[in-house]
Amino acid sequence: MKINKIILSFISAVAILLSTSVVSLAKVVGDKIVLGAAISLTGKYSSNGVHTQNGYNMAVDRINSMGGVKVGGKTYKFEIIYYDDESNPKRAAQLAERLISQDGVEFMLGPYSSGLTKAIAPVTEKYGVPMVEANGASRSLFTKGYKYLFAVLAPANLYLDVAIRTAVELNGGKGVRIAQAFEQDAFSQDVRLGILDAAKETGSEIIIDDKLPKELNDMAATLVKVKQMKPDVLVVSGHTKGALTAIRQIAEMKVDVPMLAMTHCDAAKLSKQHGKNSQYALCASQWHKTLTYKDNFFKDGMTYAADFQKEFGYDPPYQSAESSAALLVFKDAFERANSFDQKKVRDALAATNMQTFYGNIKFAPGGQNVDKPMVLFQVMCDGAGKCENKVVAPLKWASAKLIHPIPKWSNR
Amino acid sequence: MVFQYPMITIQACLDGILLGVLFALIAYGMALQWGVMNIINIAQGDLVILGGYIAYFMYLFGIHPAWGVIVSPFIMYFVGIGIYKLVINKVVDRDLFISILATFGISILFMQLMNFAFGADVVLANSGYGTTFLFDSNVVLPNSKIFSAFISILFAICLVIYMKKSKLGRAIRATAQNARAAKILGVDTEKVYAATFGINAALCGVAGALISITFTIHPYMGLPYTIRSFMIVIVAGLGNLPGVAMSGMGLGVFEEFADYILGTEFRIGSVFLLLVLILVYRRFKLSRKREYLK
Repeated sequence: MKINKIILSFISAVAILLSTSVVSLAKVVGDKIVLGAAISLTGKYSSNGVHTQNGYNMAVDRINSMGGVKVGGKTYKFEIIYYDDESNPKRAAQLAERLISQDGVEFMLGPYSSGLTKAIAPVTEKYGVPMVEANGASRSLFTKGYKYLFAVLAPANLYLDVAIRTAVELNGGKGVRIAQAFEQDAFSQDVRLGILDAAKETGSEIIIDDKLPKELNDMAATLVKVKQMKPDVLVVSGHTKGALTAIRQIAEMKVDVPMLAMTHCDAAKLSKQHGKNSQYALCASQWHKTLTYKDNFFKDGMTYAADFQKEFGYDPPYQSAESSAALLVFKDAFERANSFDQKKVRDALAATNMQTFYGNIKFAPGGQNVDKPMVLFQVMCDGAGKCENKVVAPLKWASAKLIHPIPKWSNR
Repeated sequence: MVFQYPMITIQACLDGILLGVLFALIAYGMALQWGVMNIINIAQGDLVILGGYIAYFMYLFGIHPAWGVIVSPFIMYFVGIGIYKLVINKVVDRDLFISILATFGISILFMQLMNFAFGADVVLANSGYGTTFLFDSNVVLPNSKIFSAFISILFAICLVIYMKKSKLGRAIRATAQNARAAKILGVDTEKVYAATFGINAALCGVAGALISITFTIHPYMGLPYTIRSFMIVIVAGLGNLPGVAMSGMGLGVFEEFADYILGTEFRIGSVFLLLVLILVYRRFKLSRKREYLK
């Protein structure tokens, strides 16, 4: 018993030591620019959290090895302090406080997901800490008048906008009948608002409008309705579980719908987990490696994908690409501001107008990136059952022709 | 909607019944160990998910996931015994509150461990079972759902026979009726408790394997299964297998209709609401009066 107590107190002492021994760092130490980030390394967002962190690390290594950041005639290198936010918004907000007031971080990178970004943004705003984030697309982030928040990605309401417009175009400009099912979280509901806007503008009608629960693993009810009411487009957004559940049950129930548009297909590894059943699904994506944007650090999408593959052993999802882009934006802003004054860096960020391998970046007053359209890709399979994602819209970047309408199950 | 398209009603009933049978299997495990050990196992759903991961990994290694219904309970039985030896045997004679806290702790631990070990990705195992069409293909039943209902019934029947005929089954029933008397008459209650918890975990393993075939699994998706089985047991009572089966199917159908009428967003919410209503109605009658297993 006594020994147990001694061991226990020893462990707690070590734990306390470890948690407080991080020496307070100022933003710029010697030749280092220290950025802070709370990332979901554990908890339900951990896989995308790791994609985010890998993206950040890849860009830090690349920028540092290619000469670093030049400010005031001196060269600096990036360094990032990470904390694990456990996929928990409250924890993320605490960690942001800690990074800023305890660790003295003066520039922040965003966490993964809209929900966590929402939790952190008020903190960075309060301290006037510029934050470039790459994984919070919710529209509500950009309507609060935040001055220090910049997002390199297109806002959530644009995710599936292209799909509806494409469907209307293929319908000869006439409105289409839309069935939609969205999870009840900030992100998916914003995607939904985007669809409502697009439907209104194109004169389309929404005939099924379901909300999906957080513990979603069965959407048979929605699909039965779809089967009965035969809409022209089915739109689903419920993160990876929504995408996986939808494809599984559409295939099992043989639901025929001319167009199926979703989010999070690449994160769900649809083509790998479902193979041919996922064929013809349209997926919204922030980025695809075949896009032909260019920059000096990563060259282009294909090179980025190859380098990323070499370093981390898997094909980069868009979450990694956008995270890497966030660092490029910071570097550019520091050099243009030619200072580490937070206000000046903030103003430089606001004036950003550049191209990266990930896309063009230019911020609206709300902080969202307005210069980069979403892309849609379609899952296409060859005879042997090997499936690939091919960009089909917008036409400028398309590497394959959209297959529409989706062939009926009885003909497949 | 339900009246406009009558086929939806049939579809909802069939879906609900197939789903309910699966719930009933999980609930029967819970009723078993609740009845014998007077422990409400909050980690029930997490055991289910862990069982699902076993089938999923078999699938990844190229084995058909349906074999998971044999392999998974086998492994889960030992996992259950392990949990019993580590934690449950220390709380088995304490009051209900302590055991709820203990199993709640196990639940959190399991969630985090599964997240750590298997990642936070949503995964599933494809059975490739195809679909059955009824009524001029207006009603569709995925064969995987039929398969899981069938397997659930099979396991339930086997378990009932086992409980009636075998020596251990008799010992379990004796312990449930009166642990002290059973002990005096030479039943090793410690062993019975361990076996009961093991059997419960094995049932969860079967259910988990079936869920990985029909739905999706994710480290944090356990709780809804715990709640459902808790509710089924509350409604049916502890020693009542037909009751568990009936209330399981009832819950399944209720969920499907809630889904159509109120919308999918209220599906799990409606289960919680029903639970509260039933609890108020029964005024915790069950938790006060310990019933025995028939």
